Amino acid sequence: MAKLKKALKKLVRRKANGAGIHETQHAIEQFLFRQAELLDGKQWQDYIELFTPDGVYWMPPEPSHTHWDGMPAIFAEDRNLMTVRMKRILHPDAWSQRPLWETNHVVSNIIVEKETADEVQVRSRFHMLELRRDDVRHFAGAYRHTLKRTREGFRIKLQRVDMTNAQAAYDYVIQAWV
Amino acid sequence: MLQEQIPDLAKFVEPDRVRREVYTDAAIFDLEMQRIHEKVWIYCGHETQVPKVGDYYTVQIGRQPMIMVRGADGKIHVLYNRCPHRGNMIAGDRKGNTGEFFRCSYHAWQFHLDGKLKNIPMMEAGYKGTRYEKDKSDCNVKRAARVENYRGFVFASLANDGPTLKEFLGKAIVAFDDMCDRAPEGEVEIVPTCFRVIQHSNWKIFLENQLDALHPSVVHQSTGRAAHEVEKEIAKRTKKGEAPLSYHMLSAFATVTIDKWDSFQTINYPHGHCILTGYMGLRPRDPDTLAYDKVMIKAYGQKRFEEIVGVNIHHVLIYPGLSVQSPLQQLRAVRPLGVDRTLTEIWHFRLKGAPEPIYRRSLAYYNLVNSPSTLINADDLENFWKCHQGLSSDAGQWVSFARHMGRDLENDGVVETAPNCGTSEAPMRNQMKAWAEYMRG
Ligand code: FES
Ligand SMILES: [Fe+2]
Repeated sequence: MAKLKKALKKLVRRKANGAGIHETQHAIEQFLFRQAELLDGKQWQDYIELFTPDGVYWMPPEPSHTHWDGMPAIFAEDRNLMTVRMKRILHPDAWSQRPLWETNHVVSNIIVEKETADEVQVRSRFHMLELRRDDVRHFAGAYRHTLKRTREGFRIKLQRVDMTNAQAAYDYVIQAWV
Repeated sequence: MLQEQIPDLAKFVEPDRVRREVYTDAAIFDLEMQRIHEKVWIYCGHETQVPKVGDYYTVQIGRQPMIMVRGADGKIHVLYNRCPHRGNMIAGDRKGNTGEFFRCSYHAWQFHLDGKLKNIPMMEAGYKGTRYEKDKSDCNVKRAARVENYRGFVFASLANDGPTLKEFLGKAIVAFDDMCDRAPEGEVEIVPTCFRVIQHSNWKIFLENQLDALHPSVVHQSTGRAAHEVEKEIAKRTKKGEAPLSYHMLSAFATVTIDKWDSFQTINYPHGHCILTGYMGLRPRDPDTLAYDKVMIKAYGQKRFEEIVGVNIHHVLIYPGLSVQSPLQQLRAVRPLGVDRTLTEIWHFRLKGAPEPIYRRSLAYYNLVNSPSTLINADDLENFWKCHQGLSSDAGQWVSFARHMGRDLENDGVVETAPNCGTSEAPMRNQMKAWAEYMRG
């Protein structure tokens, strides 16, 4: 009982000090929802611009990997490589992009892990359904964003994507960021 | 019996063309698994995948589920993944460590790592007087007929007779020599991540693409152009005026134009193996390469060093199931799953004793070209699928391999493409020749 009281007190205190906690949660949710929307809307350039100049999009092949650089990765892309991917997708002769291809992302379970004056660590979960020609594929997993506060709003320093499907054999491949 | 259903197999292959059923007929698929994959030497894995006693990886050879396992004596065994009792797979995971023995998860029969029976629960009482007694071969897990290891690369053949691994590989053995020799210590080590990608097309469509020098400038133009644009931008922005080599690996697909691909050459060997020459400019004079050269010269001496790095190979195809890019230490094993489904298992290696930046090159290629987010293979796989779909059409009965036909230079069973005929369809003709020979039985 005493323990519970103590925890409750702590919570009240934290709320009092961190008046911004709801604000941050809300702002981050909006940011993540918008990121998902940019993907589904194929707004590739806007998506890339969510990243800081040295930002990285990373999808490790297995959860045990601790660093994006120097190890096999499904994606390990800075803005330059992301630009290659975008330009490829937009090229008229990207044959695999010709057929019908749509995605639908849902982001949820958003937890702010750590917050400092200029950085926020956020965990979340995603589900993504992809339609290509007549085939549906389903991907899901966890995002871990390291966000920087900038004058333009949040920018992504590192987006780690632990996709549950990552270790299974791929039926076909993935062409864009998940 | 199957042969009776497919009476005129010989008529399916002509020197410059092949009947479409060869790709689409399920009965032909069964027959080729029996006569090709379950007979010839098939790559199982690299010995560094299973460093410790009891380490195993499962692998598919033809239609047979198999296990590659490190035995108690340090030797690698290849076993059928099937319990002699009621047929349960004895390894249910794709990889792992089974400890000192296998224990079947159904009725607990136990097997040594070489497949021999160790124990059956209450064996005496249960099996006295039956064919299932200790030391009877009916109680053992069946072993692959033959297993050989060349410089760490483990192959198995499910046929008792046939050429040795070295005889089978012939000149294509250069795939492993070239890869290992480029290591200052003469050995490579596997990087324990395997990318696995399934394609909805016949396995031969994948193999025929590997040395098809005509397709890159058509199929990979989009990525080549995109990488070239970004490469130029980075060069402008940086002091050294150079983008990392990885951009060049991609942009080469656009900058090497269709006519330039003709200056490459393929050399076609017996059994369907083939080499594509050309090096994609991977011997630059940057500080990392120079540092690597120094280590290599120290290990091998100047003369041998020049020989090693002078080997001019882009790609080696080992028919019917392996595609090796030795200068970049990449390897793709092709596992047919069905007449229209094919699994590729993609690995890369570290050159033992080489400086880290050299590994980074191989890694960059692995991530950008061979990962499931591939900037290159997405368009290949799209075409493979379309090819397979198109072949179901009655509009034509033949698949054509006639490009530069009649210009090849043949010498002692080895077919080289003539100068400026690098886009010759000689590799496909050579593969189908081997196919027809195997299928004759
Ligand atoms: S099936 Fe393996 S012990 Fe019965
Ligand atoms: Fe290709």
